[in-house]
Amino acid sequence: MGILSQLIFLPAITALVLLLIPRLPEKLSRLITFAVTVVVFFISVQLLGDFAGTGAFEYEERASWLPSLGISYHLGIDGISLFLVLMTTFLSPLAYLSAWKSINKRVKEFSILYLLLQTGMIGAFVSLDLFLFYFFWELMLVPMVFIIGVWGGARRIYAAMKFVLYTIVGSLLMLVALLFLVRYAAGVNGYVSFDFEDLLRVSIPARGQMLLFLAFGLAFAVKVPLFPFHTWLPDAHVEAPTAGSAILAGVLLKLGTYGFIRFAMPLFPDAAHAMAPVIAILALIGIVYAALVAMVQQDIKKLVAYSSVSHLGYVMLGLFVFNMTGTVGGIFGMVSHGLTSAGLFLLVGVIYERRHTREISEYGGIARTMPVFATMFFLVTLGSIALPGTSGFVGEFLVLVGAFRFSPLYATIAATGVVFGAVYMLWMVRRVFFGPVTKEANRKIPDMNLRELAVIIPIVIGIIVMGVKPAPILDRMESAVSVHLERMGITEIVEAGGADHSTVEHASTEGD
Amino acid sequence: MTPESSLLWIVLLPLIGATVNGLIALVAAANDRPVPRTLSAVIACAGPTIAFLLAVGVFRQLQGMDEESRVLVNEVYRWIEAGRLQINFTLLADPLSSVMLLVVTGIGGLIHYYSIGYMREDQSHTRYFSYLNLFLFFMLVLVLGDSLITLFVGWEGVGLCSYLLIGFWFQDSEKAVAGMKAFVVNRIGDFGFLLGMLLVVATLSQSGLPTLEIREIAHRIGEFPPGVIEAVGLLLFVGAIGKSAQIPLYIWLPDAMAGPTPVSALIHAATMVTAGVYMIARMGFLYELAPLASGAVLLVGAATAFFAATIGVAQHDIKKVLAYSTVSQLGYMMIGVGIGAYAAGIFHLFTHAFFKACLFLGAGSVIHALHHEQDIRNMGGLLKKMPLTGWTFLVSTAAIAGFPPLSGFFSKDEILWLTFNGTNEALPWAPKLAWGLGTAAALLTAFYMFRLFFTVFTGNPRAKAEHAHESPPFFTVPLIILAAGAALTGLLGIPAVLGGSNKFEHWLAPVFAGAHGAGHGAEHGSAHSAGLEMGLMALAVAIAVAGTLLAYFFYVKRRDIPENFAIKHPALYALVRDKYYVDEIFYAVIIFPLVLFSRKVLWRIVDMKIVDGMVNLVGYLSRGTSYVVRFAETGQVQTYGVMVLAAVAVILWKVL
Repeated sequence: MGILSQLIFLPAITALVLLLIPRLPEKLSRLITFAVTVVVFFISVQLLGDFAGTGAFEYEERASWLPSLGISYHLGIDGISLFLVLMTTFLSPLAYLSAWKSINKRVKEFSILYLLLQTGMIGAFVSLDLFLFYFFWELMLVPMVFIIGVWGGARRIYAAMKFVLYTIVGSLLMLVALLFLVRYAAGVNGYVSFDFEDLLRVSIPARGQMLLFLAFGLAFAVKVPLFPFHTWLPDAHVEAPTAGSAILAGVLLKLGTYGFIRFAMPLFPDAAHAMAPVIAILALIGIVYAALVAMVQQDIKKLVAYSSVSHLGYVMLGLFVFNMTGTVGGIFGMVSHGLTSAGLFLLVGVIYERRHTREISEYGGIARTMPVFATMFFLVTLGSIALPGTSGFVGEFLVLVGAFRFSPLYATIAATGVVFGAVYMLWMVRRVFFGPVTKEANRKIPDMNLRELAVIIPIVIGIIVMGVKPAPILDRMESAVSVHLERMGITEIVEAGGADHSTVEHASTEGD
Repeated sequence: MTPESSLLWIVLLPLIGATVNGLIALVAAANDRPVPRTLSAVIACAGPTIAFLLAVGVFRQLQGMDEESRVLVNEVYRWIEAGRLQINFTLLADPLSSVMLLVVTGIGGLIHYYSIGYMREDQSHTRYFSYLNLFLFFMLVLVLGDSLITLFVGWEGVGLCSYLLIGFWFQDSEKAVAGMKAFVVNRIGDFGFLLGMLLVVATLSQSGLPTLEIREIAHRIGEFPPGVIEAVGLLLFVGAIGKSAQIPLYIWLPDAMAGPTPVSALIHAATMVTAGVYMIARMGFLYELAPLASGAVLLVGAATAFFAATIGVAQHDIKKVLAYSTVSQLGYMMIGVGIGAYAAGIFHLFTHAFFKACLFLGAGSVIHALHHEQDIRNMGGLLKKMPLTGWTFLVSTAAIAGFPPLSGFFSKDEILWLTFNGTNEALPWAPKLAWGLGTAAALLTAFYMFRLFFTVFTGNPRAKAEHAHESPPFFTVPLIILAAGAALTGLLGIPAVLGGSNKFEHWLAPVFAGAHGAGHGAEHGSAHSAGLEMGLMALAVAIAVAGTLLAYFFYVKRRDIPENFAIKHPALYALVRDKYYVDEIFYAVIIFPLVLFSRKVLWRIVDMKIVDGMVNLVGYLSRGTSYVVRFAETGQVQTYGVMVLAAVAVILWKVL
C-alpha cells in the first residue's frame, strides 16, 4: 500500500476497530486514537523524503473502483497539496491531545468521528479522481457536524444546522456540476471518467465553463469562507469544542481554497480569469470587513473566527492574481494560517476549560497569573499579525507582491489588513492579558500544564521556523505552481515581470 | 574570526542572550521563583559588551581598507524565494552602518549596565533584560541589513520590542495601552514602507530580476521613472514618519515614556526612533533624485522640530519634556536628510544619541532618587544633592541647546547652515522656510531645556527633593561617559570654516558618494559664503544664549510670570500643554467613528441582519433539517454509524 493510502486508511480502519470493540475504556480509546494520529504524522513525514518537486503528481496510486462509471481510486500529491497534507497530519494529534480532558462524554464516539474526519481531510487533499474527492469532501462534513452538534456549546444545534445548510447547498451544486462535466467530457473523450487528468484535457465552451465554475466555486467559497458566505463560521467556531474549532480553522477552511486551486481554476480556466476581478474584490472586502468586525467582537473565539475570514482573503487574493509570487504566497499562507488559527483556538480552549467563558471582559491581567500561557498566546499572535520572522509575514508579503503586479490598488487595500490585524489582535491581547486582575476567578487561575504545552509548543516552533527559513518549503511549491499557471494559460514558466515576457532572457544582463 | 563572521556574531549574541534570559524568566515565572539578579544581568550584558568589541573591530577593519571599497558583506542564507524574487538574509557593514553599529552596541551596552542598577528592585528584571537584548538584536539587523526587507525585519522587530518595553509594567492599563498605541501607529507607517517595497519590486521586475537589495537598487536606479522614484521616496518616508515620530504620527512617542526610563533613553531617544533618519540616509541615492519626496521630508521635519519644541515648553513631566525634545530633534535630523545633507543628518543622530541618552538617564537617576516622582514642580535644588547627575545633565543640556564647542552646536549648526544654503528643485521656497522653523526651534530648545534644568536642579528643593541622594555608580558611570560624549563628539565634525576637517562627514563620504545635493555645499563653500556661514554660526550662538537667558529670567528670577501667563491665557496654555489636542482629534475623527461604524453597522447590521438574515431565512424555510440534527444529538453510536452510511448511500444513489 502506498504512503497516501496508508494515510487515508489507517485512521479509517482504526475508527472501524474502535466501533467494533464494545465497552472500550475511555482511556484506551484516547490512547489508541492519539497513537494512530501520531503514527499517521510520522508516515506523512516520509513524503518529504522522495519528493522531487517536479510539478507532476508524485506518490501516485491508481486502482479501479467502479470502472463502469469511470470512477477510479486515483491518488497523488504535488507541491500544492504536499504541505497541506503535512499540516493536516501535524495538527491532528495536537488538536486531539488538547481534547484529552475537555471531551469526557462519549469519548469513543468522539474518537471515531475524529479519525473519520482525518481520513476525509487527507483523502480530499490527495484525491485525483473527482468522484473520490467528492466522496471525501462529504465524508469529512459528517463528523464535523456531529462534533459541533454533540460536543459543542449552548447553541450547538443552531450552529451545526447552519453549517450543514451552508455546506449542503454548495456541495449539491458541485455534485450536479460534476456530473454535467463528466457527461460533457465523456462526449468529447469517448469514455466516461471522473479522473482529474482526463477532465483537464477537455476544453469547455466559455458559457459552460462559467456555470460550472460558479457551481464548484460556490461550494468552495462557502468553505473558505469568502465574503459574503462567511456567517456560518463565527457560529460554528464559537459552538464547536476546542479541537473542532482548531481543525475547522486549521484544515477544513483550506479545503475551500485548495478546491479552487486544484480543481475549479484549472478545470475552468477561462471562467476563472473572467471571475477573477469579482473574486479578488470579494477577497479584499473580506480582508478589510472581517478585520473591522473582528475588532469589535466581545467573544475571543468570534474574534479569531473573523480574523480567519480576513486572512483567507489574502489567500484568495494570492490565488486569483495569476502569478507565481501571489500563488505561492497564497499556498504558503494557507499552511501558515493553519498553524496560527489552530494555535489561537487551542489556546482559547486552555482558558475556556478553566473559566468556562470566552468573553474578553471576563478576563484582564492574566499575563500576571498565567505567564506561560500569555507568552505562548503572544507568540502565536505575532504569527497572526504577520511580524517578519514568523510564517504569517512570508505568506502575506508574497501575496502582496503578487497582488501589486496585478493591481497596485488591490495591493494597497489588502495591505491595510496589516494595520487592522495589529489593531484587533493587540487590543484583544491588551484586554485579556494586561491591566490589573479585576475578576476574583482569574486570581488563582492555574497556568498551562505539560500536556497543554506539548500541544502548543510544536505549533509555535512551526510558526517561527516557517518564518525564518521558508525557502525549502517555497522551493517545493514552485514547480507545481508553474504547472498550475500553465494550465491557467499563463505561459511564463520563469516568472516574467507582468506582461513583459520578452525581457526574461536579458534579465541577467539588465542589471549592469 | 573573520570580520564577516563577526558581523553575524554581533547580531547573534544579543539574540542568544534574549533567548536564554527569556527562557529563564518564563520558567521562573511559571514556578513563581525569583531569578538571581546577577545571573540575568551577566547574561544580558555579555552580548552587548562582546558585540561592541566586535563592532570596534569591524570599524578598524573598515578603516584599514581603501576608502572606496569599505564594505564587508556576509551572506547568511537564502531567506525567501518565489518565482524570480529572491531575498537573501545578508549583513553588510559600510562606514554608515559602522557608525550606527558603534552607537547601538556602545550606548546600548551602557544602558544595559545602567539598567542593572535601575531595575534592581523589579521582580521581572530577567524578562526586562530579555526584551532589551531582543531589541538590540533587531536594531542590529535593521542597521546591518543589506536590503530593504532585511531592514524591515529589524524595523518591525524593534517596534515589537518597543511595544513590549513600553508596556513592561503591564498591570497598569495605561502603560499597556501606550505600548499598543506605539505598535499600531508604527504599523500605519509600516503600511507605507511595505507599499514602497512593493513598488520597488514591481518596477524592477519590469526590466529584470526584482530585488530589494539596496546596493542593487542604487545600481539600477536608472530603471525607475521619475514619478516612481518620488512615489517610492514618499512611501518609505511614511514608514519613517511612524518610526521616527514625525507629524502627524509622533503621537505615540510621548506616551511611550510609560516604559522604564533606560528604555526611553535607548529605544525612544538614542537608537530606534532614529531608524527613519538612518533609512532615508541609506536610501539617499533615491531621495537625491526625488526632490518632491525630499521636500516633504524637509518640511515635515521642520514642522515637527518647531511644533514639538513648543509643546515641550509647557510640559511638567520630566520625561515628557525630554520626549518632545526628542521628537523635535528628530525633526532636525529629518531637515538634514531632507535637504540632502545626509552626513549632517547622521552626525546629528550621532551626537543626539549621546546627549539625549545622558539626559534620559539623568532623568532616570532623578526619578529613582525621588522614588518615582516625575513632576518637575516637585523637584528643585538637586544640583547640590546629586552633583554628578546634575553636572552631566547640565553638560548635555548645554549640548542640545547648541553651546559651542559642545557636540550639539556642531551637528545642529551644520544642518541649519546646509539648509540655509541648500536648494530643492520641486519646492524652491522650502529650504528657507525649514531654516526659519529650525532656527526658531533652536531658540525654543534652549529655552525649554534650561527651563527644565533650572526647575529641577536649582532653587529650593520642593517636596521629595529634600531628601534626595546621589545615585550609585551603576547610574553615574554611564552618565559621565555619555556626558563626555555629549561634550566631545562634536569635535569629530568641525567644519572647514572653523579650520576643522569634518572627519565625520569624510568617513561617511563614500556611502553618500552618489548624492550630489546640498549636502556638499559646505565643501565647495567659497569665500563670500564663509562669511555668511560664520554669521549664521554667531546667530546660532546668540540664539542659544538668548533661550538660556529667557529661561533663567522666567524660571529663576521671575517664576511668577509664566505662572501668571498660564492663568491669564488658560486656553492658549491648555492648547500647548495638551499637545494641540492631536490625540483627541485622531480619536474623534478616526478611531471612534471606525469602531462605532464597525460595531453598529458592519457587525450588527450587515453581518447579523443582512448576510446572516438571508441564511436564517433559508433555515426557517427548511426546518425539517433541524429534526435530523435534534434526533442525532440524543442518539447513540449506532445512530451515528447509520448516519454516516446513509450519507454515503445518498451520495452513491445520486450518482447511480
